[in-house]
Amino acid sequence: MARLVFSKTGNAVWISHLDLMRVFQRAFRRAGMLLKHSQGFTPHPCLSMAMPLSVGVSSRCELLDFELAEEDKTPLEQIPALLNDALPEGIAVTRCLCAGRKLRELKWLEARLTLEYDHGVPQGAAGRISALLTGASLVVEKHGKNGPTQVDIAPMLHGVEVSGEQAGVLHLDAVVSAQNPTLNPLLLLTAVERYLPQDAPDFASCCRMNVYDEGMQPFC
Amino acid sequence: MTDTLNRILPTVQKPARYVGGEYNQIVKDKAEVDVRVAFCFPDTYEIGMSNMGLHILYAIMNAMEGVWCERVFAPWGDMEDAMRKNGLPLYALESHDPVAEFDMLAFSLGYEMCYTNVLNMLDLAGVPLHAADRQGLKNLVIAGGGCTCNPEPLADFVDLFVVGEGEEVIVEIVSLYQMAKAQNWSKERFLLQAAKLGGVYVPAFYEHCYGQDGTLTQIVAQKGAPEKVTKRLIEDLNTAPYPTRMIVPSTEIVHDRANLEVMRGCIRGCRFCQAGFTTRPVRPRSADTLYRQAVESLENSGNHEMTLASLSTSDYKYLPELTDRLMDYCLPRKINISVPSLRVDSFSRELMQKLQLVRKSSLTFAPEAGTQRLRDVINKNLTEEEILDTCATAFSGGWNNVKLYFMLGLPTETDEDVLGIAELVFKIIQTWRKTATNKKRGLRVHVSTAFFVPKPFTPFQWEPQISPQEYTRRQRLLKEAMYSKCVEYSWHDPELSRLEAVLARGDRRMGAVLEQAVKNGARLDGWMEYFNLEAWEKAFQSCGVDPAFFTTRGYGKGEILPWQTIDVGIAKAYFWHEREKAYRGQTTADCRTQCGGCGMNRMLKGGVCNG
Repeated sequence: MARLVFSKTGNAVWISHLDLMRVFQRAFRRAGMLLKHSQGFTPHPCLSMAMPLSVGVSSRCELLDFELAEEDKTPLEQIPALLNDALPEGIAVTRCLCAGRKLRELKWLEARLTLEYDHGVPQGAAGRISALLTGASLVVEKHGKNGPTQVDIAPMLHGVEVSGEQAGVLHLDAVVSAQNPTLNPLLLLTAVERYLPQDAPDFASCCRMNVYDEGMQPFC
Repeated sequence: MTDTLNRILPTVQKPARYVGGEYNQIVKDKAEVDVRVAFCFPDTYEIGMSNMGLHILYAIMNAMEGVWCERVFAPWGDMEDAMRKNGLPLYALESHDPVAEFDMLAFSLGYEMCYTNVLNMLDLAGVPLHAADRQGLKNLVIAGGGCTCNPEPLADFVDLFVVGEGEEVIVEIVSLYQMAKAQNWSKERFLLQAAKLGGVYVPAFYEHCYGQDGTLTQIVAQKGAPEKVTKRLIEDLNTAPYPTRMIVPSTEIVHDRANLEVMRGCIRGCRFCQAGFTTRPVRPRSADTLYRQAVESLENSGNHEMTLASLSTSDYKYLPELTDRLMDYCLPRKINISVPSLRVDSFSRELMQKLQLVRKSSLTFAPEAGTQRLRDVINKNLTEEEILDTCATAFSGGWNNVKLYFMLGLPTETDEDVLGIAELVFKIIQTWRKTATNKKRGLRVHVSTAFFVPKPFTPFQWEPQISPQEYTRRQRLLKEAMYSKCVEYSWHDPELSRLEAVLARGDRRMGAVLEQAVKNGARLDGWMEYFNLEAWEKAFQSCGVDPAFFTTRGYGKGEILPWQTIDVGIAKAYFWHEREKAYRGQTTADCRTQCGGCGMNRMLKGGVCNG
């Protein structure tokens, strides 16, 4: 089993998780590599991605595990360049390595939320947002299969920093629990909208920056 | 700060279809481009990107020096609303530049129900709808595709139509435009020159006069425009440009696989089928050409599935040779080959087994009519025996699912023919009982009926269409006759098919109706979730146009037909002769068995078809 680390930015952020699987299946073929296929009546290529990314969210740390067919002996170190020539714009493989650690050992995700204010950042917003997100408890409404539920997300937060160097823009850099339980970083925005409506941005975007293990060491 | 488009995208369904950036898309430096073409497909991205014509013409135009062709599709309703609300005009996917900035807007017309999308897209682009309101060369609107064999409903809006196959003529038109733009020609000067190119129809150069009864009294060609515009034809498909480096969508589309066009035309001559006649003569590609194109397309796209496409692929001459060679390439690479529109004969059964095409889920037939008599009338040379034999083979192999497609309202159809469908279905059920090896899951028979739409350039081009009420009566009659629990019956919406008939055989008076319908909210008519009958009814009323004139009335033998300026290579007399044979229940052999003398061979250099 091998693992790719790739980024998804620009126009590619609009590609859904399932479509991205298809994009990679084709990219491997275009790059002249044959993926191992499952047995059975309709064989599927062996390809899986950790933590499906929401449509519209960009990332610099996506992980994809794959297995090449036995007869395909392409060396791992050549794979990023081969794939990058075969991928659509916005998807770029940065590394290819032996899978090694199990994906379930991945624990923390660092994400950056960019809040855009068309009429300038409200005075004191950075301080208020920072105070809100670093409080002892933060209850937000989550929409799940069984309808909306109230969840305290504070325990799933491992630190938030609010900064604003650019006019009209605030950055929220947060480390959130990636799995078991999963916290969608966009819920921080939901919290701002709920508790600080005057500081709600006109538009916000999200980018995954890094993934870490239990001990806050880079996952790969 | 994020731009308007990227702020809208999170709020709409499937945003990937609105941004471009796919593998193999073509981006050029604007500074080195002198003519920009917006290839406008008047339907969604998923439909448009499945269209071979788009890929072919995109490649051809982008291969031209100084020309950049980009893609534009009709947005889905939620995206259109968001665009209008935020003042975002229609843009091209490659550059995201507004369509209004483009030199040429080239529409592909594959289906009558996309006409409102053409108008709506022009409106969304902020380009004047009427050709007469677009002064100068900028925003020249051209249109091609199967529907241009009757271009009249769109005559008010389109500057020039391309009739027939576009590979060569598009280069001629765009080159002429390059010259005209460089030399600052007037629009009229350009159109006068363009009208001299074969296959180009400039509607503004023809006057249509109507009599008191609403029929055409004369069509007058003006300013030296030709009396007849003859369709363009690519004689040798082996040397015709065919892109094997095509855009690979990053999101799922309708035909999400590589396409290999094995031939053009069809040898069959089903009397209701417009494409079967207008794309004659049959021209196969050689197995060598196709093998090369297949391998290149697969390697450049990374697809793991390929379709051998044509109107009737089992009639492709070199199919056994081609499939043998392709299987050798595809099997070790885990690539599937699919062959749609297979006929139900023994050869096809063998082929299906060879390609393992019959998944346990599907076995599809299109008998079109329920009785042999009516199948003879429409010249659908498919017998009940062939259907039942194929079913028996499949059932004994473990298959339990059959799909059957029929039409209701075909010329000469009686209740007996309608009930014949139920009888055929009953016989299929009996066959299953006799031959099925795996009866545990039961049998499923899906029956679907479409409402016959008479089309120009077919032997049925003069036929009246039955009324939607009569169609519904026949549809109910059939429904009551199929009481078996294993039958699932679905039917086409009669109102949509009536409208399709109006637009297929309509004349220039449809222009006002189309414009009004779009104002009333009509768009995406081919999608049931958007089809808005009321918008159309109101439009017909306010324009004083009676749809029955184009549907239930039928056209007289001597009547001037709105589309008769167009020449697809087959004489009117041949169609009338075929119509008479239809009424006598006489079949016509396929082109390969015996030449029917349609006259299409005259368009070929040697004068001989090579189907």
